[in-house]
Amino acid sequence: MKAKSNPIKRGYLYLEEWFNVSFGEAWNPLYHLGPLTFFFFWIALISGLYLYIFFNTTVDNAHASLEAIVNGHILGIGSLMRSLHRYASDAAIVTIMLHVFREFSQDRYRGKRWYSWFTGIPTLWMVALLGITGYWMVWDELALYVAMGASHLLDVLPIFSDSMARNFLPGNLSDRFSTLLAFLHLLGQPMILIFMLWFHVKRLTHVEVSAPKGLAIGCFIALTVLSMYLPAVSHAPVNLSKVPTEIHLDWFYLNIFPLLQYWSPGEIWLLVAGVTTLMLFMPWLPKKNEGIPAVVDLAHCNGCGQCVIDCPFDAISLQPRTDGAKWESEVIVHPELCAACGICTGSCPSSTPFRKVKDDESLKTGIDMPGLTLDKFKRQTDEVLAKLTGENKIMAFGCTHGYDIGSFSAPNVGTLDLFCTGMMPASLAEYALKNGADGVVISGCRHGDCYYRFGNHWMDLRIQGDRKPVLRSRVDRERIKILGGADIDGKKLHQQFGLFHDSLAQKTATPPKAATQEVSHD
Amino acid sequence: MTNNPAIRYLLQAINLFLFMALIAAFSSGPSVRQLEEGMAVITLAFGHAGQPVRACHKRTPDELAALAPNMRAPMDCPRERSIIKVELLMDGKSILNLTVPPPGAFKDQGVDIYENVTVPIGRHKFTVRMNDSALVKGYTYSNSYTADLTAAQLLFIDFSQQANGFTFN
Repeated sequence: MKAKSNPIKRGYLYLEEWFNVSFGEAWNPLYHLGPLTFFFFWIALISGLYLYIFFNTTVDNAHASLEAIVNGHILGIGSLMRSLHRYASDAAIVTIMLHVFREFSQDRYRGKRWYSWFTGIPTLWMVALLGITGYWMVWDELALYVAMGASHLLDVLPIFSDSMARNFLPGNLSDRFSTLLAFLHLLGQPMILIFMLWFHVKRLTHVEVSAPKGLAIGCFIALTVLSMYLPAVSHAPVNLSKVPTEIHLDWFYLNIFPLLQYWSPGEIWLLVAGVTTLMLFMPWLPKKNEGIPAVVDLAHCNGCGQCVIDCPFDAISLQPRTDGAKWESEVIVHPELCAACGICTGSCPSSTPFRKVKDDESLKTGIDMPGLTLDKFKRQTDEVLAKLTGENKIMAFGCTHGYDIGSFSAPNVGTLDLFCTGMMPASLAEYALKNGADGVVISGCRHGDCYYRFGNHWMDLRIQGDRKPVLRSRVDRERIKILGGADIDGKKLHQQFGLFHDSLAQKTATPPKAATQEVSHD
Repeated sequence: MTNNPAIRYLLQAINLFLFMALIAAFSSGPSVRQLEEGMAVITLAFGHAGQPVRACHKRTPDELAALAPNMRAPMDCPRERSIIKVELLMDGKSILNLTVPPPGAFKDQGVDIYENVTVPIGRHKFTVRMNDSALVKGYTYSNSYTADLTAAQLLFIDFSQQANGFTFN
């Protein structure tokens, strides 16, 4: 029996479910937060390039040139571009924060996944800095507010020999700084950000950078409507002999500055440093103990590379053969990257329970998990199948991160948990059907939200025959049910399980004329 | 997911509306007020190195002989600078009083001062005085200015040795 998940995780799961109801699994924004952020970044980039063509970066003309863009371009394109630039940037912060919350609430930031979390924190700061320099360039009252605030913060650091804040006082202003800012905002920071994003996803494979078309179109329409209904506007131009009194702040980017009214710059830096340090080291608070990494058995590996393709964490690679076998390549596991999900075992063509082994030998495969070997879970499957009694026997395979399939247990229903359903060779379903089960249930995480990124998706494709190693076509797919759900989805899953059970009963009563190749899938 | 496309699109529209409402709500608000009505700001900001803490001393032949040949400079001047003391008075009343030691491992660097003081609007006489020499008692610089401050006005007080004291902008 699995422990009930914590309130934060359950809260997130309910939010995710709401989006599943609204958008469906394929378009659920929470499953595409990274690509959505990229999408907003592209909108900001394209609209920013448009603005830059007409924008004058000098302190004397910046504000006037932006007003000319906003008010002077035909069909309000200038205003639309300016508003899209701002709102897409704000939307990116929302998706980034949701991304952080998602990974945290689902415990996907510790263990071998520390790297993505760790590199994500400075990336978030870089995005914030990019926004701050953007507001600075406009050179309106808000820009002055940001300039003075940032200068006070920077002046307490041993960076500049002279006070930076003095540059923004009457008589001291020059265009050199605005030129530097334009360079930073338009080239320096975006380039650094792209490098940081590259580092951020370095240890992941099959990184999705394009949001689903329908979702992207919906977001773009929404941003356009917002931009037209509530166009972004500037504050009054800077007047250095006046103090900006009321500031309409963009809280997504500039939330740190109001603190300067209450705290000293040193205290704010302490807060920033404290929060950053805490966030950076969260993956070790406490450290997650993952399973033992996968091991390769060269005697059973022909270096086909399917596990390399399927590994979600780039933990497996190919190298020239070292054992003198006739194959060109062999597989090597990088233990420091391996999250011990077992997906590689499921993807290995050698992983089949039908291989003949002597009684005193164990079932071998090319790549296996020491924590739960293919031989062990094949034997466990045998044991569970042997205990099944009654009509319509069902063998249910679950994963440790999805719904607790133990609650399906009955005299005619046996259950077995794997690290991930992607760990299960598709042939194990056929094996179960041939060895006493009337039906097989594979219950992983919610579709599109595998704890190990792709496990249930790969499994789905293998069963459908769309990904190697495929389930043989002669296997009756109507006897296989793929479920996906989290621990709050019990009611729905039990309902689907019940329907599958009933369909098996009906099938037993009236055998079909021809087996369909369509897998039953919820 | 609901199977009715109309309901599905309606739900998607509601979600996107809420998303945009969140962005609209925090993209330019709530506003922050950094200065109360009827107030102005005096900014005292300048960089200045204090005078050496003691006068230079002409080394005697004996003192020079005691030094290594490459160190025999005829004058012995201290690196250490004096503490900077600044006071700002409004209508004769002190509203800012600073004592800033010279930074640096050898206390030989100039100080950077940046201070804001919020004051009521109206006509006021401001006096700034500074002592930058440990050898002088009292103030080495003192300047006054009378200003009619309007709401949110910024009066910037700078220091320039060329101008022989403080300037009011």
